[in-house]
Amino acid sequence: MEWMIEHSYLMLLLAGAFGFLMAWGVGANDVANAMGTSVGSGALTVKQAVMIAIVFEFCGAYLAGGEVTATVRKGIVDAGVFTEFPHYLVYGMMSALLAAGIWLIVASWFGWPVSTTHSIVGAIVGFAAVGVGMDAVNWGKVGNIVASWVTSPLLAGFISFALIKSVQKLVLNQDDPFQRAKRVVPFYMFLVGFAISAVTLLKGLKHIGLEISYGASLGWSAVGGLVVAVIGAAILSRIQPNPEADKEFRFHSVERIFAVLMIFTACAMAFAHGSNDVANAVGPLAAINSVIVNEGVIGGEAAMPGWILLVGAMGIVFGLAILGARVMATVGKNITELTPSRGFAAELGAAGTVILASGTGLPISTTHTLVGAILGVGMARGIGSLNLRVVSTIFTSWVVTLPAGALLSILFFYFFKGLFGA
Amino acid sequence: MSFGSSIAGLFGRSPIKPLQQHYDTVHDCARTLADFFAAVTEGDWDKARAARKRIAELENQADELKKEFRLNLPKSLFLPMPRTDLLDLISVQDKVANKAKDISGLMLGRQMTIPPVLADVMRDYVQGAIDTSAQAQKAINELDELIETGFSGREIQIVEELIEELDRLERNNDEQQITIRSTLFKLESELPPVDVIFLYKIIEWVGDLADRAQKVGGRLQMLVAR
Repeated sequence: MEWMIEHSYLMLLLAGAFGFLMAWGVGANDVANAMGTSVGSGALTVKQAVMIAIVFEFCGAYLAGGEVTATVRKGIVDAGVFTEFPHYLVYGMMSALLAAGIWLIVASWFGWPVSTTHSIVGAIVGFAAVGVGMDAVNWGKVGNIVASWVTSPLLAGFISFALIKSVQKLVLNQDDPFQRAKRVVPFYMFLVGFAISAVTLLKGLKHIGLEISYGASLGWSAVGGLVVAVIGAAILSRIQPNPEADKEFRFHSVERIFAVLMIFTACAMAFAHGSNDVANAVGPLAAINSVIVNEGVIGGEAAMPGWILLVGAMGIVFGLAILGARVMATVGKNITELTPSRGFAAELGAAGTVILASGTGLPISTTHTLVGAILGVGMARGIGSLNLRVVSTIFTSWVVTLPAGALLSILFFYFFKGLFGA
Repeated sequence: MSFGSSIAGLFGRSPIKPLQQHYDTVHDCARTLADFFAAVTEGDWDKARAARKRIAELENQADELKKEFRLNLPKSLFLPMPRTDLLDLISVQDKVANKAKDISGLMLGRQMTIPPVLADVMRDYVQGAIDTSAQAQKAINELDELIETGFSGREIQIVEELIEELDRLERNNDEQQITIRSTLFKLESELPPVDVIFLYKIIEWVGDLADRAQKVGGRLQMLVAR
């Protein structure tokens, strides 16, 4: 440990590089998946989607990412076990970052739908259970996390199903769907504003130093939702029906209203993703930083320094810029069947679920949640055709990702132990 | 490298557009019968041959689209309607084009002439069958609106009205058939018997074409009813 404290800058630099790699993977794969729906439905261009992703990913991570970061940082491992050998925690978290980052790139290369969340959780559990001991893992918490991986797609599917049904009932099956859409859509925008404000106020302002009571938070969230709805309604008022295009497809003008809504849900999606998945890269980094800054004292309070979030944010931006934009275009081309009225339901269902999980500190997979949400829309007979084989590949990737992440991270753990000294 | 494969891979090719494209081709094929009959009535066999060629080409195209459609509908797809219904629908659609090809083939092969007295009624009769097919096309074009509304509410009503109109057109065509047959019956003695037999055959087949177009609407109705 003495050696490590002497070379703390070197260690932090190394850890920062691994964290950057992980964040790069999140940006290139995860974010692109999440935002591809908006591109596919034609609501946003790739460039616009990237801009929204950059801004709202960062807001999400900064304002609402605290709980999940805390879970990844100190919830999965039992910190008490590490008091005698704090450097193992540093090696472990470095191994986890490296293992998950590499696994992500390998899996993406072969086109397996892996989740960054599953990789990092598997990697952390792996090094702790094998490298340190079974009691180093907080199994109760891990059980909760794994359970949330099953429930989150189900919940997202349920919300999306309810949303699409409400659209059919309130807008599409009415006499004048265009005018109805103009009146109903601001309500969905309210939901977007409310969800983002609520999780920010309830979870995010604490670490900025603001304390607001629960009731006041909800009140201000409603105000936030109203502001969003009013802005949205103002944009909608400019949209005029296009009777020529409506002859071809009767809901053409209606869909243009929903396309505006999709810009809002895309922001929510990026925010939700930032609040949950950025923690996968930032959490382990924060754990390493805390040990080194406190000179080996586990559990010492260390405010999360700005540079850690910056590494996470920069990694995501680079991932998006280098590969993510191309991925978004590919995803977008493949899902043109998802019209804005469906796409919004899927996105809002997924974003709502992810935001909820972020508030409770559960690291879940945004991509899998979105798949659940899209299937929910499919259940409402809203999508031309869905390839159910993907669901089974996702299950397979589950079964493979956890041990693969764990195995890699165990290997790296022993490697670092040998390199830097036990 | 295939990043982002999970979301992109989730979406199969929607069967709706190919189904509509198939019927568009089928209807183009049926519609060309009007040109063909006009040429035959004028006795312009070069023009008739050209129209027949076009009909055969369109029928071939429809066949290709049908094959492609079947190949692109694997069992692992999750569809908003039963897969078997879609496969049935495309077979029924395809039969309309087959009939158009049969009619033009037989008439060209035998160089059949239409008695001048029958020319006008015959033209209207063929047009009636084509109108029935056009109405079926209109109904099939509602499929994407049906998906949009999740097969519920007003859209179902719209489709049912279209199908009712389709049934009405087919009934009209039946009545035209009765009239044209009785007119031909009165002429029978003046015409070569073999020609008369084949004229009856053609009249029957044109009626069949309208009948098959109506069946397309029937299949669509079954799809909506579930």
